[in-house]
Amino acid sequence: MDLFNIFIKAAFIENMVLAYFLGMCSYLAVSKTVKTAVGLGAAVIFVLAITMPINWVVYTYLLEPSTSMLSGLIGTEMDLTFLRLILFIAVIAAMVQLVEMIIEKVSPALYTSLGIFLPLITVNCAILGGSLFMVSREYAFGESVAFGIGSGVGFFLAIVAIAAIREKLRYSNVPPALRGLGIAFILTGLMGIAFMSLMGIDPAALTAGK
Amino acid sequence: MSKLLNFIKKFEPPKEKKFLHTLYDGFFTFAYAPDHVTKGGVHIRDGMDLKRTMVLVVQALALCYIFGMYNIGHQHYTALGMFDDNFFTGAGTKIIYGALQILPIFIVTHVVGLGIEFLYAAKKGHAIEEGFLVSGALIPLIMPPDLPLWMLAVAVAFAVVIGKEAFGGTGMNVLNIALLARVFVFFAYPGDISGDICWVAYDYNWLHQIFGMQNASMAALGLEALPEGMKFADYVMENTPDAWTGATPLALAAKGGWEAVQANYTNFEMFWGAIPGSIGETCKPFILVGALLLIALGIASWRVMLSMIIGAVVTALLMNWLGDFHLFMSVPWQYHFYMGSFFFAMAFMATDPVTAASTPTGKIIYGFLIGMIGMIIRVLNPAYPEGWMLAILFMNVFAPLIDHYVLQANISKRLKRVKSAQ
Repeated sequence: MDLFNIFIKAAFIENMVLAYFLGMCSYLAVSKTVKTAVGLGAAVIFVLAITMPINWVVYTYLLEPSTSMLSGLIGTEMDLTFLRLILFIAVIAAMVQLVEMIIEKVSPALYTSLGIFLPLITVNCAILGGSLFMVSREYAFGESVAFGIGSGVGFFLAIVAIAAIREKLRYSNVPPALRGLGIAFILTGLMGIAFMSLMGIDPAALTAGK
Repeated sequence: MSKLLNFIKKFEPPKEKKFLHTLYDGFFTFAYAPDHVTKGGVHIRDGMDLKRTMVLVVQALALCYIFGMYNIGHQHYTALGMFDDNFFTGAGTKIIYGALQILPIFIVTHVVGLGIEFLYAAKKGHAIEEGFLVSGALIPLIMPPDLPLWMLAVAVAFAVVIGKEAFGGTGMNVLNIALLARVFVFFAYPGDISGDICWVAYDYNWLHQIFGMQNASMAALGLEALPEGMKFADYVMENTPDAWTGATPLALAAKGGWEAVQANYTNFEMFWGAIPGSIGETCKPFILVGALLLIALGIASWRVMLSMIIGAVVTALLMNWLGDFHLFMSVPWQYHFYMGSFFFAMAFMATDPVTAASTPTGKIIYGFLIGMIGMIIRVLNPAYPEGWMLAILFMNVFAPLIDHYVLQANISKRLKRVKSAQ
């Protein structure tokens, strides 16, 4: 039940895009059609779900002084947590390469339509941010998996919803100065208001009484 | 009548005078059916001018307005303890108080909203779009009766400029305009739109003073003059007779479950709407009359309404079944409809043809999800007292997505049929 709470919280209540405004670049750039948005969203879910546990293992067994295997080898505690940014990025980059190869093989059309934004997932702040949240919130292994999948689903929902709206907006007479990114920013703000509906629900407090 | 028409036509300003002409055109087509129908840009494209559709919705709201006025007065004088508990005692005073309270709200909404519309229409050089007619009629009904007018003005300006004009005007907005105005107040000035005291109007504005209503109430309370530097509302707050709380049934249910509601209100009162709440949301029978009128005229979608009810009932039943560890969750499902604004949201908000899903299957999914999410927010979210406004905005965001997938499913189904026929 605890894992489910973390999942719901990450997907809806603390949505990466609409509550923390992370990962905006690919969110705004690849949300012009629903099809590519679904592709990118799925890629982000995949990358987040894979990198989060790997980063957890890396952080716990290499960097964190009290549990590090290195400390055990050397005999003294070694605090390597300052390396976490570099190591996390390296893990994410490797995983994105993997995803890229899979997508190129499975769906060349999606691969071309995603274009440069697929390798750019590497520097998508939602993904690095997810890993850093995991560290600062001190999740256990299972929780980090749930959190990874949850934030991925949250990103997926946000990008697919805005893509559908932007497809519809193509027939709207948006003032010229706002066309393109301008209206997308306004739209994101309005979607943020709509997503605030779920803020304040505390799944843990609700199930605690049971 | 034709003489009057000719007389009015004499005043038509020349087309070169942009602003005057749009102004004239706007009011002319409001009063008379124009000889052209709406072209492009909006969702309804048949023989009926869009303005006629909108006017019908406004007429469906008329009963809610009348009851809302009366109820403002009723709540006010009940809080003061001036008349006895009977709903109809002092009817004249009550309705005058309510009318004078609602009038500034109505005027401010329209001056700000229509003013912005006129400005945009004149600037862009097209006729005034009718969209604000319905939003302008809805916004006063979903506000608490005591809302400061400047907040209302800011909220309306935000909703019309950011919510509608930025997206290209009437029929293009993604989120419901009226709800956007309310949600703006809700998040920007939460103290004035949630809690226990905002749902009853306590104070007197200058219109009331003209009619001498403040003096009458003070005399009835046995007051010569107010204590120095004290507003009437403050005085009433401090000397509330009979432990009157102005808490809405929902607030009571969240604290103490169904028993707490029963201790303060009877089912009959809640159903007929003699309870504190937003101006237009309380009287369920009159809202239902409006809803049936809209369905009969083919303006609102019965699919959205029906599936929304089903969604809410299913979720409420699920919660009853799940548990008694949370008092609000154990409120029997049928009683959820007595409280809050479910029917108003269902009849007038969720069915907005611009922001709802537009495919028939999509409408069913859309309504069902609003019912579910709204009930979840209402019961499980301690931060918000009521769920329908936020649930509808949430589903407004996803409505285009629902439509997209409904269309895709239809396309692939038909492709399969073609292929199997070959």
